[in-house]
Amino acid sequence: MKSLRYTPAVLSAVVLLVLTSLMMGVRLEPSGVGLKVSLADPSSLFWIAAGVAVVFFFQLFRAPIDQGLSGIKQQLPSINAAKLIKATEKKEAKTLLICFAVAGLMIWPFFVSRGAVDLATLALIYVMLGLGLNIVVGLAGLLDLGYVGFYAVGAYSYALLNQYLGLDFWSSLVLGGFLAAFFGFILGFPVLRLRGDYLAIVTLGFGEIIRILLNNWTTLTGGPNGISQIPKPTLFGLEFGRRAKEEGNVPFHEYFGIDYSSEYKVIFLYILAVLLVIATLFVINRLLRMPIGRAWEALREDDIACRSLGLNPTAIKLSAFTIGAAFAGFAGTFFAARQGFISPESFTFIESAIILAIVVLGGMGSQVGVILAAVIMTVLPEFAREFQEYRMLMFGLMMVCMMVWRPEGLMPMKRPHIKTKSSRSESGSPVKTASLAESV
Amino acid sequence: MGDSGFYLIQQLLNGLTIGSTYALIAIGYTMVYGIIGMINFAHGEIYMIGSYIAFAVLAALAMMGIDSVSLMLVSAFVISIIITSTYGYAVERVAYRPLRNSNRLIALISAIGMSIFLQNYVRLAQGSRDIAMPGMISGGWTFGPEEGFHATVSYMQLIIFAVTFIAMTALTLFISRSKMGRACRACAEDLGMTGLLGINTHQIISITFVIGAALAAVAGVLLGMYYGVINPHIGFMAGLKAFTAAVLGGIGSIPGAVLGGLILGVTEAFTAGYFSTEYKDVVAFSLLVLILLFRPSGILGKPEVEKV
Repeated sequence: MKSLRYTPAVLSAVVLLVLTSLMMGVRLEPSGVGLKVSLADPSSLFWIAAGVAVVFFFQLFRAPIDQGLSGIKQQLPSINAAKLIKATEKKEAKTLLICFAVAGLMIWPFFVSRGAVDLATLALIYVMLGLGLNIVVGLAGLLDLGYVGFYAVGAYSYALLNQYLGLDFWSSLVLGGFLAAFFGFILGFPVLRLRGDYLAIVTLGFGEIIRILLNNWTTLTGGPNGISQIPKPTLFGLEFGRRAKEEGNVPFHEYFGIDYSSEYKVIFLYILAVLLVIATLFVINRLLRMPIGRAWEALREDDIACRSLGLNPTAIKLSAFTIGAAFAGFAGTFFAARQGFISPESFTFIESAIILAIVVLGGMGSQVGVILAAVIMTVLPEFAREFQEYRMLMFGLMMVCMMVWRPEGLMPMKRPHIKTKSSRSESGSPVKTASLAESV
Repeated sequence: MGDSGFYLIQQLLNGLTIGSTYALIAIGYTMVYGIIGMINFAHGEIYMIGSYIAFAVLAALAMMGIDSVSLMLVSAFVISIIITSTYGYAVERVAYRPLRNSNRLIALISAIGMSIFLQNYVRLAQGSRDIAMPGMISGGWTFGPEEGFHATVSYMQLIIFAVTFIAMTALTLFISRSKMGRACRACAEDLGMTGLLGINTHQIISITFVIGAALAAVAGVLLGMYYGVINPHIGFMAGLKAFTAAVLGGIGSIPGAVLGGLILGVTEAFTAGYFSTEYKDVVAFSLLVLILLFRPSGILGKPEVEKV
């Protein structure tokens, strides 16, 4: 058979063997003052052998596999696109669908376990972060690797405002968002002139600077120990604890005359998160239809054309950066309130990378995709506990694979577009009917 | 010269030691950037892998009862360079080559994914805790007054200087004299045109990654032995520092990377020595931000600079 390629197959198998030999194949163990090296346990060796075999046969049968893959690839986009467009075509149907979805989200937590609701709250925080970063990365096309810095600003502003000034969650939510936006503005102002990849590294540097400052400014932030006992949000002054912590406050269950249950607090936090996400979606969708939202996308597509049309690139980029940072601030405040404890540990670069992975997986610019990706990324590792260990490994692999095979994401953004159908009903002259489909 | 003078010299020496290893890593960034214009975000992890391989080799040799320091050093360097270069080659082949003609940001995201993947791969294979190795080369050369502060150059530091110097010289000779080096320079000048002239540009790009990874492996062996402690997370910070060095000197320029590395190392050592160790990373990042803001082309980066 001509299609079998032995040389590349042997070569790649050898390369993989060399790669894994002294890394997976051996295990370094400290022994006394020295270092001991031993052969890795049989399962690792088995994985090496399996990997080498897979690579060998994959390369050997490369040609037929490629053919098969290209066949699948052609079918893939047509499946989800057609269904989605149909489902959201009619405006009434769309409104109805949204109403049902929101109602479902609100009622659902009363029937499931506490842990599930808690997990859903966490997923919603990531949804919010993903949507915020989506503005910066997906819409405006600015790769921000320090997004977690603004998240940290939001979280710490609630913790510190509460600790030093005694402000409650609601006023801190507003202030935290504003503070994060302010940070975004200040940091964005000088760096947004930079070209794409430099911008990425500089924002990464800023994110790290914020974390190092939080870690070392012990007198203010408590350093690596973080800040604990951050109060939970209240419902118009009603607390959710068994007893009111502040003088004169009435706990929620006493006010309504029902039995105390710790579940109320969890469900309240969840509903709060749902409302925040809905508010985020609403604001972003309004912004997208405003000139500023159009300008973000225009700028991402063509910088020079934008400038020649009289748009100010720096101002547009800055607005995207600031608004994105504001949503991270809101999410951060909520995160601090939910956890009740924050430390710089929660705001490492890995967190930025996870949020970026969510945006990338969902499809840059696509909001439905980002929501879906955030839910998948937070819920999936919980279902498969044994995969917890491999979570980050999978994230990294997924980012590479997505970029290589499907850089537009799982659910690519639907652009506002005009479909022209040429119908031949009248003789000779094709009539063009234009239908405008809005982006979701 | 009083105590403060010797203290200054000591900080300078420490800074130059760290700086020369930054320079070795920075060359990997600068060469790749010079040719295909992308930031190889996974380069820091390549350095970290180099350290791990070196530790494995050294520990294995020690267990076999070989106690000749020079033999151990040479084999650590050789094996680490071979395996780490293979990593550089494989990373380019898997994560970057399919994206050659796509957007810069797409390639950068792929590189970030690769970096996360490699870091966690090592974490899963070797555990996330620190791995320590007793120093093999102890002692040093002390100068200064009998009492009070005196400066010390350890033999390890001397080895770092010497090895860095040899590696740099070899690289310069390769780039300026060999046929392959000329092809590298041509690719940096104009990738498309070089391809039209019948040079296999894919091969040249692979070679660039291999050279970068080999130098990172050298840095990995040296720094691993200098600090004596490694863990899977050292690559991230070292990579960022080296990138800062590359940008500082002017990305795309090899002498610039060396200069940038030395300046960054000395700046860090002075911050740690005179101000506070905690904030030395902040100073490095601030330096990066300032350079990018006010002189994005770096110190030696002129438009007509020799890029490789």
